[in-house]
Amino acid sequence: MSDIVQRRGMFGASTTGDTSGYGRLVVPQPARESTPRPYGEYFDEIADELDRSGFSDAVERVVVHRGEITFHVKRERLLELARTLRDEPALRFELLSGVSGVHYPAETGSELHAVYHLLSITHNRRIRLEVGVPDADPHVDSLVPVYPTADWHERETWDFFGIVFDGHPALTRIEMPDDWVGHPQRKDYPLGGIPVEYRGAEIPPPDERRSYS
Amino acid sequence: MTTTYDAYKAGATDDGAAEGRVFNLAGSDWDEVVEGAKDGDTDERLVVNMGPQHPSTHGVLRLILTLDGETVEKVQVGIGYLHTGIEKNMEFRTWTQGTTFCTRMDYLAPIFNETAYCLAVEKLLGVTDRIPERANVIRVLMMELNRISSHLVAIATFGLELGATTVMLNGFIEREYTLDLFEEITGLRMNMAYVRPGGVAQDLGPAAIAKLRDYLKRMPERFKQMRKLLDANPIYLARTKDIAYLDLTGCMALGITGPVLRSTGLPWDLRKSQPYCGYETYDFQVHTQESCDVYGRYLVRMAEMEESLKIVEQCVERLTKGSAKDGPVMIEDKKIGWPAQLAIGTDGMGNSPAHIGHIMGESMEALIHHFKLVTEGFRVPAGQAYAAIESPRGELAAHVVSDGGTRPFRVHFRDPSFTNLQATAAMCEGSFVADVIAAVASIDPVMGGVDR
Amino acid sequence: MGLEEKLPSGFLLTTVEQVAGWARKSSLWPATFGLACCAIEMMSAGDPRHDFSRWGMERASGSPRQADLMIVAGRVSQKMAPVLRQVYDQMSEPKWVIAMGVCASSGGMFNNYAIVQGVDHIVPVDIYLPGCPPRPEMLLDAILKLHDKIQNTKLGAQREKQVQELERAKLRQLPLLGQAGARS
Repeated sequence: MSDIVQRRGMFGASTTGDTSGYGRLVVPQPARESTPRPYGEYFDEIADELDRSGFSDAVERVVVHRGEITFHVKRERLLELARTLRDEPALRFELLSGVSGVHYPAETGSELHAVYHLLSITHNRRIRLEVGVPDADPHVDSLVPVYPTADWHERETWDFFGIVFDGHPALTRIEMPDDWVGHPQRKDYPLGGIPVEYRGAEIPPPDERRSYS
Repeated sequence: MTTTYDAYKAGATDDGAAEGRVFNLAGSDWDEVVEGAKDGDTDERLVVNMGPQHPSTHGVLRLILTLDGETVEKVQVGIGYLHTGIEKNMEFRTWTQGTTFCTRMDYLAPIFNETAYCLAVEKLLGVTDRIPERANVIRVLMMELNRISSHLVAIATFGLELGATTVMLNGFIEREYTLDLFEEITGLRMNMAYVRPGGVAQDLGPAAIAKLRDYLKRMPERFKQMRKLLDANPIYLARTKDIAYLDLTGCMALGITGPVLRSTGLPWDLRKSQPYCGYETYDFQVHTQESCDVYGRYLVRMAEMEESLKIVEQCVERLTKGSAKDGPVMIEDKKIGWPAQLAIGTDGMGNSPAHIGHIMGESMEALIHHFKLVTEGFRVPAGQAYAAIESPRGELAAHVVSDGGTRPFRVHFRDPSFTNLQATAAMCEGSFVADVIAAVASIDPVMGGVDR
Repeated sequence: MGLEEKLPSGFLLTTVEQVAGWARKSSLWPATFGLACCAIEMMSAGDPRHDFSRWGMERASGSPRQADLMIVAGRVSQKMAPVLRQVYDQMSEPKWVIAMGVCASSGGMFNNYAIVQGVDHIVPVDIYLPGCPPRPEMLLDAILKLHDKIQNTKLGAQREKQVQELERAKLRQLPLLGQAGARS
């Protein structure tokens, strides 16, 4: 299971007064555990192959969920691991589908995650790599030397989340204007809508409305 | 062509263009250049800013071309002029409302955006196997129709950009007929939000099958005409053959998928290799070309449209007889299936009168349930899922993260246009400036998908 | 009648304003500012079924200097806003703007950090066209309404008077719906 934000109450009301009476309810956070072996499908073969190549210490956790496998990787070993994943004939993940960032503010010590989806056309397999980095030191090695396609994807992740990809040839903003301040898709960045007046009533932007989650 | 505040000017010093004297032009001050050219102290390289608003029909794409005469020395691509923040907006809406947002990403392929998103949500819910058969057939039907309409626009705008208005008019009128079907089935021409987590919003209307049959009768002849117009047209061949070469190695390195990849000879199509929505039960072929050029990509698209028509035919067959003839189009689970009951009214899609009668007049529980589902939405178990489908442009995938709430924690779309557009430099550098347009058009990027 | 009857046949009397308006409206050259979904519907308006060349508009101008109608078709992002304004400034007078679709008119459903909440923050808008996206027929309707507006535009001092008159009319106008709503 992935990493969960701890939630209080039932209706997510944090700014307005809680009238539901569920304010003290704490939604439990599932334990962050590795999935036990065997993983099933082709996942065991990949994990075995990674162990054989000497990456057993590079993988912090392995999560198998909904028919997908996620390797939580230490950031120091990411580049090396990606190279092996691409070049090793038994693995051969020749296509990097994309890089996406996820911001988990509640996960102290690794708030920012870079998520890589790899595709092997040779073996018709998919895996996911996930690297968590602290907000104070958001550095990950760039995968551009291994997968040139990561170029724009990493720029986008930098633009939206502020993850710095070391070794990227030109890590500049890609979607936002160059002089933009902040990284807009982080959880601590407001959605930034304006209130709208409709028939005399003012409707706040979506992020300031009452929510139910 | 327009010039704007140029963030790339500073970066322009790293190529030779800025070593000699530099002239910056914004339209009318040519005297300075003429004076400068007299000195002879000038490099012949010319940096041209193309876009973001320009006559070619591929959206707000900005290209910064460094030219040496007619030859392109360097291409830099500037994107982000259509960044809409859709991914962030989806975090503030319920799971079902998300379809309304993601359908507006790649606006030529709205059904694909919705389906990728819904498949990911269904994966997280663990209900992939419980989607009704009829819903899956309708999804496939809609996707293939959408593939046809998208490829038609690709070919039409491509013709327009090369200067052939006839191609554009032909492509767009056929697209109109496809959009008529969309309108008949979903109530909308574009941005339908028709595919929802759990199935599709509503069943086909009474006239849909007859219209589909008419369409199936009409289109093969029309495709033949388009092929007659283009396949061996000497001008078209001159503009497309051996232009924008990108081989398999390049495609792999740059993560290219879709028709561009298939024009290198690799029959990689997610509908065949990692089937979804029951594609493994349909009879169709994956067409490839070996030429790695613009013409090859055109032929792949043309062949794909013909294959799509075959699939549409099979869908119509299944929708009229067999196990998918009738039955629900939304998952039976009442906790997920929203919209519960929809119908097409004169002003588009909305709640059906029968459903309103039921919740308002007959059942208090139904009313409460309806209220909860509409205001709060359903909860999706925590975790993350990645669902990839074959969109007209390549692998379109949704990476969906849930924290167990009624709204997505994060949604990211891996859009094929975004990835494929990176190949522009690889395709164009060293070619003529006129071929840049052909190269970009053969990638068929949709800026709504690129910038999201 | 008066003067008309004494004229030889084939003559038509009108005002300079009407002639100017007629000339202007009869061949609007749009600077197609295609941005998003609406751009596709705008192109559809040029297809054989809708065919806006019926109003002398088929020359969709890529160059703003040879255009007098800007159809802002789609959502305008913060990054695009300065470009849009520059293109507008490059167009020669007289010029008109249609905000096509809700995103261009008011920001629409994208009420967030990235999108300008209505293109009227950047350029003056003549016609707001709702819809997401509007059908090509709706765009044609907007264009015809704009034709009306152009036809009846006055010149010189009359124009100033007309602007003031319109301004006063707007201030006197009663709201379509009870705007008091929830707050009253």
